[in-house]
Amino acid sequence: MIKALHDFGEYVLLMYRTIAVPERWSVFFKQTLKEIFKLGVDSLWIVIFISIFIGAVITIQVSLKIESPLIPDFTVGYIGREIVILEFSSTIMCLILAGKVGSNIASELGTMRVTEQIDALDIMGVNSANFLIFPKIVAFVCFIPVLTIFSMFFGIMGGYFIAWSSEVITSAKYEFGIQYWFNAYYITYTIVKSMVFAFIISSIASYFGYNVRGGALQVGKASTNSVVMSSVFILTSDLVMTHLMLT
Amino acid sequence: MIHVENINKSFEGKEILKNISAVFDEGKTNLVIGRSGSGKTVFMKILIGLLFPDSGEILYDQRNFISLRRKELKKLRTEMGMLFQGSALFDSMTVLENVMFPLDMFTKDRKKEREQRARFCLERVNLKEASDLYPSEISGGMKKRVAIARAIALNPKYLFCDEPNSGLDPKTSLIIDDLIRDITLEYNMTTIINTHDMNSVMNIGEKIIFINDGQKEWEGSKDQIMSSSNKELNDFVFASDLFKRVKKMENTFVNEG
Repeated sequence: MIKALHDFGEYVLLMYRTIAVPERWSVFFKQTLKEIFKLGVDSLWIVIFISIFIGAVITIQVSLKIESPLIPDFTVGYIGREIVILEFSSTIMCLILAGKVGSNIASELGTMRVTEQIDALDIMGVNSANFLIFPKIVAFVCFIPVLTIFSMFFGIMGGYFIAWSSEVITSAKYEFGIQYWFNAYYITYTIVKSMVFAFIISSIASYFGYNVRGGALQVGKASTNSVVMSSVFILTSDLVMTHLMLT
Repeated sequence: MIHVENINKSFEGKEILKNISAVFDEGKTNLVIGRSGSGKTVFMKILIGLLFPDSGEILYDQRNFISLRRKELKKLRTEMGMLFQGSALFDSMTVLENVMFPLDMFTKDRKKEREQRARFCLERVNLKEASDLYPSEISGGMKKRVAIARAIALNPKYLFCDEPNSGLDPKTSLIIDDLIRDITLEYNMTTIINTHDMNSVMNIGEKIIFINDGQKEWEGSKDQIMSSSNKELNDFVFASDLFKRVKKMENTFVNEG
């Protein structure tokens, strides 16, 4: 318990150092742009790939489970849309990204720490936390809505592809289902949620990477810990935010 | 000039540095030598502010490093250059970008002027041709030279080198030593080098401080080190077979002559 409190205190102090006015705005924007490509654009393909397949699988699964003649066929499209928009494209996608982006950030910062690159920045008088971590957080939080929207679109398209290519449901009924009783607020809810998750992933991974002590073994451990802790906090905050925003 | 007064440091109750006082002169290569684990790296980390001492003072030209305000500390840091044991070059940047980095962060010069300065520094360490390469594409000796170029980019007053020759062959070590000495003279810097390489000691040791078990055991120059009667220092210096033979030959000459 005391260790957990100590770690939380260190995390807050690190964030206090991180979220500050950058030394040079031009350098900050350059770094942020780099991070958008590295953390965001490079994750697009995996987001699209996973979304298409999960969207398709959801459609098959739901259509197989609905056997009652009282439930209309378009419900498959409706349920698929709700699952993709409300949970998959934000929570599940961010759990996946915690593995890809989180481990990337933790191992990069961890390696910089053990090879004394962070010390070199500190000695020069650069606020290393602000210089290294802030652009990562800003980049990922700003780009996550793009990833979420791509995930929603391709998830629904995956389901549409199944409707079009198989006989589980007609594409017309699927189209009707995905438009039925649409609530635009759910999009806002999902985007806000994913931005909070993006902050959790990037800041927790940065904390573990930045505070690595030792060598390659510790870098690997930091990377694993960052994924585990990010997942725990994503799921906890998902529950809290769902209560706050939907109930 | 750097003045260190009664520095003490403990980790978990274990005393690592005990009452170390020293003066490091301007325009000289000041060497801190000692066995592995003697406390010289902790001493260096305290000097550059990566660790805080439990007690004592560090004066950089009369400015107390420990009690400086944030703004003054930042200014002082721009006057410091550091050469790390593993070079600590930024992997994601080219050699030129690495040297330009401190200029990008702390000067208001135009990009062209910053690039010119960085190229000048690279030329000074004979690495003009490597400017577009990444650190992973150059040798260990070249990395050290890039790190020196980066360290001198802002015309520092103080240069710190932590084991500058570790992992280098004797010839490249000599090149690095000579480069550090020449740059020290050229820029009139206060240079402090952490080393246990006796070749460096004999080559550039204008002022030497020997740390043993966290204490300053001996202070002198390269001319005095061979004739010292300090037992701990002799154990350290003559641990190498080569230096034992040199000492033996010297004694033979003295006895015969």
